[in-house]
Amino acid sequence: MTEKMIESRGLRRVYKTRAGEVEAVRGVDFTVDTGEIVGFLGPNGAGKTTTLQMLTTLLRPTEGTATVAGFDLASDPVGVRRRIGYVAQGGGTDPEARAGEEIVDHARMYGIDRDVAVGNGEALFAQLDLEGLWKRQCKTLSGGQRRRLDIAMGLVHQPGLVFLDEPSTGLDPQSRANLWGHIAGLRDDMGTTVFLTTHYMDEADLLCDRILVIDEGEIVARGTPDELKRSVQGDSVTIGFAGAENASTVATIASNVEDASEPEIEGTELRFRVPHGAGVLPGFLREMVAKDIDLTAVEVHRPTLDDVFLTLTGRSLREDNVETNPAEQAA
Amino acid sequence: MTFIRETLLVFSRALRLSIRNPVWVIIGVFQPILYLTLFGPLLEPVANTPGFPPGDAWQVFVPGLLVLLGLFGAAFVGFGLIAEWRSGVIDRMRVTPASRGSLLLGRVLRDVVVVTTQGLILVITALFMGLEVTALEILIGLAIVALLGGSFSAVSYGVALKLKSEDAFAPLVNGILLPVMLLSGILLPMSFAPGWLETLSEFNPMTYVVDGVRAIFRGDIMTSEAAAGFAVTAVLVLVGVFFGTRMFKNESA
Repeated sequence: MTEKMIESRGLRRVYKTRAGEVEAVRGVDFTVDTGEIVGFLGPNGAGKTTTLQMLTTLLRPTEGTATVAGFDLASDPVGVRRRIGYVAQGGGTDPEARAGEEIVDHARMYGIDRDVAVGNGEALFAQLDLEGLWKRQCKTLSGGQRRRLDIAMGLVHQPGLVFLDEPSTGLDPQSRANLWGHIAGLRDDMGTTVFLTTHYMDEADLLCDRILVIDEGEIVARGTPDELKRSVQGDSVTIGFAGAENASTVATIASNVEDASEPEIEGTELRFRVPHGAGVLPGFLREMVAKDIDLTAVEVHRPTLDDVFLTLTGRSLREDNVETNPAEQAA
Repeated sequence: MTFIRETLLVFSRALRLSIRNPVWVIIGVFQPILYLTLFGPLLEPVANTPGFPPGDAWQVFVPGLLVLLGLFGAAFVGFGLIAEWRSGVIDRMRVTPASRGSLLLGRVLRDVVVVTTQGLILVITALFMGLEVTALEILIGLAIVALLGGSFSAVSYGVALKLKSEDAFAPLVNGILLPVMLLSGILLPMSFAPGWLETLSEFNPMTYVVDGVRAIFRGDIMTSEAAAGFAVTAVLVLVGVFFGTRMFKNESA
């Protein structure tokens, strides 16, 4: 096995629609090492699913090449298919089919014998808290159960690399946390390389060793969650003060804080960024008291990936959910 | 070998899901019986009309129904495929190394089994109502129906995968099936038709299939009519499977 599990070189995908050509992915380069959990973070419609579909042989790239699990995407797609697992955003089980039959049939499509398929399936059911659901119709499973079944199916042929498209979308907080534990376990217990997409900052932050931030078809940033957070200049400090007439005094005090960004004032709220916000706060507050300005609120906020995304793209991830791609939503 | 194994795997999964749906099994069994009991009696008096083709009413009528069953039983299977695509099953299977052809053929085979079983039920019921055919004639007639069903099922899957929308799929299939059915003499023989209509029907491949099965059912097995029926369905199968497989391959790397 090579050290690099995925090597994408200039992958690009253009869709032809009635309105003209849409460039969904504008040439992405990246590598994923064996044993890593790498996250593709971006808003809906950023090109995450399209990239994933190219890497899993579902979609032919308009341009560019990639080596996936040691095989070239264009010249040996079957070699790639043999070695990867793929869990689509909307899953891949028939609602009428029984869970156990779906996973066994799926395993057998990889040429695995029935007995081995049953064994692998049962082991995964146990590992992913799906015990007792073998004979249940997929439509009767809860959202979290179905998602874990999807993941079990993606793993039943024991691939070295698994692609998870929006693994926790639509799940309640408890199921999400539970799922994250399982995904981390794939890497820790089985050495599986995981490549996932998400539009959740917390998911990328908690789960991923490395993050690729994608926006409008391009990778706009990459690094570990900590590196990305450090790229945002410091902590955000928010101070509430009494009396709008004190605004200019407050602004002067803030601009004297060492290494702080240009202060922003909105009504009786002051905001600025500074490295080690908690450390500069006592001095700042002493100044305020000396000038006889009452404080109404103090908040120091460590940068999140939300802030990273906002800094990089000028847009918040949450706002972006408004322009949800309907096709992606339906899938 | 791998291809056959994969095809059988897709086939057994599809058949299992079909059989487990009791509503479809009941409809599937009663549909041919309804055709026979509710439409058959109308045809007996027609058989005495001048211009009625050779053979008795049942020998003309049952082959028409068989072809109708093959057409309608198979042409709409694409609906199921769109549902499968929507639930992610198709993509999930396309990410496996299984050959694209097996993903299509396994499903087509299921439809062939369903249509042929329905055809058998139809013929057996018709035997009780007065149809006179030999076992060999039934066998050959059903073979044509099986091929016909296979070809239409393959095309239906291909079109469904291309359109991926029930709203686009339904009118298209209806729009094609209706003229194909009316111009083939399935319900009333084309020997009743005025010249222009009969000429038009000669351009419809289904005409030869219907005529072929009719010839077989009156015992004219080694005839050009029967051979033409076979030849047409064989060509349709080849075209259908080629087209359907292309659609399953489409877009992927």
